[in-house]
Amino acid sequence: MKTLIKNGMVYHEGHIRKLDILIEDTLISKVGVQIEDKQSKVIDAKGKHVFPGFVDIHAHLRDPGHTYKEDIVSGTHAAAHGGVTSLCAMPNTEPVVDNIATVDYVQRRAKDLGYAKVYVIAAMTKESLGKEISEMATMKAGGIVGVSDDGNCVQDAKLMLNGMRYARNFDLPVIIHAEDYSLAGRGQINAGIVATRLGLNGLTGLAEETIIARDIMLAEAAGAKLHIAHISTAHSIEMVRDAKERGLDVSCEVTPHHLILTEEACLGYDTNTKMKPPLRTEADRQACIRGLIDGTIDCIATDHAPHADFEKSREFDRAPFGIIGFETAFPALYQYLVKPGIVVLERIIEAYSLIPAQLMGLPDNNIKRGNAADITIVDLQDESFITEEFILSKSKNTPWLNQTLASKIIYTIMDGKISWQED
Amino acid sequence: MTDVPQFLGRNLFDLDDYSAAEILYILEAAKGMKEINLREYKKIPTLRGKTVCTLFVENSTRTRMSFELAASRLSADVVSFEAPISSLGKGESLQDTIYTLDAMGIDLYCVRHSSPGSPQLVHKYSGKPVINGGDGRHAHPTQALLDIFSIWEKLGSLEGLKVAIVGDILNSRVVRSNMIGMRKLGASITVCGPRTLMPTGIEEVYGCRVEYQLAEALRDADVVMGLRMQMERMTDGLFPSLEEYSKYYVLSKDTIKYAKDDALIMHPGPMNRGVEILPEIADGKHSIIVEQVANGVAIRMALMFLILGGKA
Repeated sequence: MKTLIKNGMVYHEGHIRKLDILIEDTLISKVGVQIEDKQSKVIDAKGKHVFPGFVDIHAHLRDPGHTYKEDIVSGTHAAAHGGVTSLCAMPNTEPVVDNIATVDYVQRRAKDLGYAKVYVIAAMTKESLGKEISEMATMKAGGIVGVSDDGNCVQDAKLMLNGMRYARNFDLPVIIHAEDYSLAGRGQINAGIVATRLGLNGLTGLAEETIIARDIMLAEAAGAKLHIAHISTAHSIEMVRDAKERGLDVSCEVTPHHLILTEEACLGYDTNTKMKPPLRTEADRQACIRGLIDGTIDCIATDHAPHADFEKSREFDRAPFGIIGFETAFPALYQYLVKPGIVVLERIIEAYSLIPAQLMGLPDNNIKRGNAADITIVDLQDESFITEEFILSKSKNTPWLNQTLASKIIYTIMDGKISWQED
Repeated sequence: MTDVPQFLGRNLFDLDDYSAAEILYILEAAKGMKEINLREYKKIPTLRGKTVCTLFVENSTRTRMSFELAASRLSADVVSFEAPISSLGKGESLQDTIYTLDAMGIDLYCVRHSSPGSPQLVHKYSGKPVINGGDGRHAHPTQALLDIFSIWEKLGSLEGLKVAIVGDILNSRVVRSNMIGMRKLGASITVCGPRTLMPTGIEEVYGCRVEYQLAEALRDADVVMGLRMQMERMTDGLFPSLEEYSKYYVLSKDTIKYAKDDALIMHPGPMNRGVEILPEIADGKHSIIVEQVANGVAIRMALMFLILGGKA
């Protein structure tokens, strides 16, 4: 089976230019100017943009265990709808992904039924309890790409050090959700003037910063590869900048919402503005944007975190943390960062596709001959109206609900097959 | 006629939704209600046929009684829902509770809840007007209105007054609503307490002055308000002991001398005598603490009357 994508503006080798792409079966067989092939099915991408499929290395598919929020099928369907062709699933399911059997379950189910490639990040400690390290080597042999206790931040520094040393032994990156629980307390939103106005407990940036400081030191001592999830404060970014200058193997990601929204978004008590880390100040948001532009922040990941309506309909301080992200990520980034000229489109593509794939050791995601045909076609002139019907995720917890965002994903192609097509 | 404030069907989440003119209008209405409360027969038929629900998901016998008394004196039917003895304690969501209550035909909700922003949720799920009876540390507008009424009644106006509020500012919803309301009527506010009990950026958010020394805070004050110091703050590591707190922040003869001689003494209750205020001050001739409670019923009557469109 052959597919020819014609006349699109293609991201290729760092530039966006008019090229054609020929796909044979699962692979890209040719990239060039004016390719003709009579046997191919043709996708006319005239006036559209053609990107390497997005790679979202931070997602919660809630499967097994919390499938009323999301499952592997609905989650990957939503991913495909957002132009995502590969994603990394976090292990905080029920049971926790801390053993080879559960790793196998997620991988097999995704392979059989999924609309996107799912790579597994397993728990660094058994049941993510932060007490004993998990069988990382066995799970690595079974296909995992990294270890993390994500939202269950390891509070015990000695255990973290050992986890890092062991992970290094098997060449696994350690991904951290940095949060010191004693400082975080019962914090609901950023500790600042909005929390004061709303009477909500503040979640101080120090909770993130002190763990990042600790874990950079521990990673240096362990010689481990450290990846910091959803960085959110100016101080955190400074520490990563410093660590990189010192040559440490430290990387980090930022979410679209921390690049676009601030604590001000919480003023109406909308529980779809409640997540960890919380939305911060405008100064922090600007630091995130600068970090993304100068490369201190390596990549963008959504932290797609579905929660059911009945959970998010509770009182603000009783509602769970987290928002979904797959289906709004690119349109939100395009509308708020690219269109106003703050970040160039090419940087968004690198940060939401090529670089995260490199960081997690996934196959090269460039649009080039011999690579898997993972491709996203976007109409930048169109727009996405983010309604409950638009959202394919089982959960609808997004701060952009019922808003219109610029651009629309019209085709997502995974391994040469269409995983999403706008009709 | 356009100048007459309109209250019908409105919510009272906090005082920032109300203009100075509207607040003064409420005070005038409360004055009339207070007169009713002094009669031998303390009841008027104005809200006959209306149903008021007091929905208290956080304990407060006094505030609930004040709301219920207010509704009864206006002849409304009153139902009360208290979380510990009802289904919210069994894990029913607030949303389901509201749907259940609403099916019984409630016209107005008076809500006390430990979660900030929950009165807005009650309105969202019921579509009915809501009076916030205190939500977490966010707001307590009826308490603020009764405090403002108490000052206004004594001094005629709040314009140019210096108000000092002392104590656990961090956890006080009373302070927050008072700062909004009193500033709208022209008073200036100084808050005072140790740094551990002061919310981030309070000056910026509320336009108040912050003092950490009691004498400085009280200097030339026209009104001094003490706040209840809660024991549980100690376990949060916010202050070491009631004794030490009292040593530096108690309202006593020794400390009150920095305020004006005839400064009004207030406290939203319940008081910890000997901790944040000494009996010599709480029971002194400038104290209006007991009157505050009486005024609470009048203010709540006025609000229910205005919001439910009672006939005078």
